[in-house]
Amino acid sequence: MAAVSSARQGADRDGPFQLRGNSFTMMVLKVNDPASPDFFTQLAVKVRQAPNFFRNAPVVLDFEELTEDTPRFDIAALVTNLRALYLLPVGFRGGPRAVHEGALAAGLTPMPAGRAAKLESAAAPADPQAGAAPIPAPPPEPVYRPALLVTEPVRSGQQIYAEKTDLVITAPVSPGAEVVADGNIHVYGALRGRALAGVSGDTNARIFCHSLEAEVVSVAGLYRVSEDFGNDVLKKPVQIFLRDGYLHMEPQ
Amino acid sequence: MGKIIVMTSGKGGVGKTTSSAAFATGLALRGFKTVVIDFDVGLRNLDLIMGCERRVVFDFINVINGEAKLSQALIKDKRIDNLSILPTSQTRDKDALTREGVEKVLNELSKDFDYIVCDSPAGIERGALMALYFADHAVIVTNPEVSSVRDSDRILGVLASRSRRAEQGLEPVTQQLLLTRYDPERVERGEMLKVDDVLEILAIPLLGVIPESQAVLRASNVGMPVILDEASNAGQAYLDAVSRFLGEDVEHRFVTPQKKGLFSRLLRRSA
Repeated sequence: MAAVSSARQGADRDGPFQLRGNSFTMMVLKVNDPASPDFFTQLAVKVRQAPNFFRNAPVVLDFEELTEDTPRFDIAALVTNLRALYLLPVGFRGGPRAVHEGALAAGLTPMPAGRAAKLESAAAPADPQAGAAPIPAPPPEPVYRPALLVTEPVRSGQQIYAEKTDLVITAPVSPGAEVVADGNIHVYGALRGRALAGVSGDTNARIFCHSLEAEVVSVAGLYRVSEDFGNDVLKKPVQIFLRDGYLHMEPQ
Repeated sequence: MGKIIVMTSGKGGVGKTTSSAAFATGLALRGFKTVVIDFDVGLRNLDLIMGCERRVVFDFINVINGEAKLSQALIKDKRIDNLSILPTSQTRDKDALTREGVEKVLNELSKDFDYIVCDSPAGIERGALMALYFADHAVIVTNPEVSSVRDSDRILGVLASRSRRAEQGLEPVTQQLLLTRYDPERVERGEMLKVDDVLEILAIPLLGVIPESQAVLRASNVGMPVILDEASNAGQAYLDAVSRFLGEDVEHRFVTPQKKGLFSRLLRRSA
């Protein structure tokens, strides 16, 4: 599929640069009380819980809670302190006029308000690393993406990734195979390999299978290995999902 | 056009060479012009099993490199008219197998022979990939134990993605399972996987079950394909497998200690 490109795109590719739109998932840091003495200590605690997830993660500062009455604060210092925690503030949104101007002066990019997280590719240096922590992801793109359908057995050593969609497999998944999806995983057969659903952080993703004999199952980074499967689910039709931060396995 | 069959397994020591020799001999016995090729460059064994090791002058690699003609390297079996052996080199390694070279030899062979049996080396590297790349049909040789089953599963995945038929989007390589070294008594005691267990994981049709047999080692040591030992269980099982390959409906034998039960279930799965 990568080989499919129009002649015009081919010409662009040979040029010294390419300009194209792109969208990135970024964390939003909602600033409620920038003057609070606990602001950075509490944030530091949060960052320490999942250091790999936060390291060099681009962050958009949300000033929408602030009003004209909020005491003045030093936005440049805020940015410096965030960088000290290895967060990379790249943009901001909302806030009264003074804050707005301060943020612009600190080199932050104004982001469109609301859900839309669209920006031109120049803004963000990198995607945040897909982490192990169950951090809620932004809602998926509203565009319909059909599920990836696999009708042949998934053999040992094979890996199948359903990017930004569900994965539907109408055959067994062998030991040593890996099936991965940003959405749900459905296996209409025995699941004997590894199944990772919601790998981009969708905590609502689920895994369904006709017979649970998997090596590892995971939803949004929370995983369980076969050693820990109970006899109530082993070799049974099972649904696996997250609730209250725990991985639940329910026989069907 | 000859049909190219690969005997492959992923794992070593499961009986690929024994099965290649027996299967090719069986096809020749049924009147088909058959050649069996050793792809295990550097670990040449097929000629020993076929009992022609003292007649090897030129080999597969010589032909690939243009150092000898195919007719010079092919060894005619002394026992069966329709059978030829193409031995490999013991001094070279798998890098000597080029895709173009292998293709040229297989193309030439398929003009003269009905069946070309490729004896694959173990592993999933160059030698094994070259042996399976041009295959029309794959016989997956598996022992009834978990590591062999997993490696066979891996090789099935490789066949489905890296064979010529897969790369060119042709009809996929057809596949059959040959379960070797099967010991019904140990299966009964739970020390070996059952036929059904293996079929459940690999999900391909069953070509045959070859029982563990003293006859296999005996035949190897005297350089005779075990299929010619018609008194032995293993020899009979290979004859049955060849018949099934040719489309005949043959009951599976040697699957249970007493020849009772289970059969009807197995038969439904067989090709």
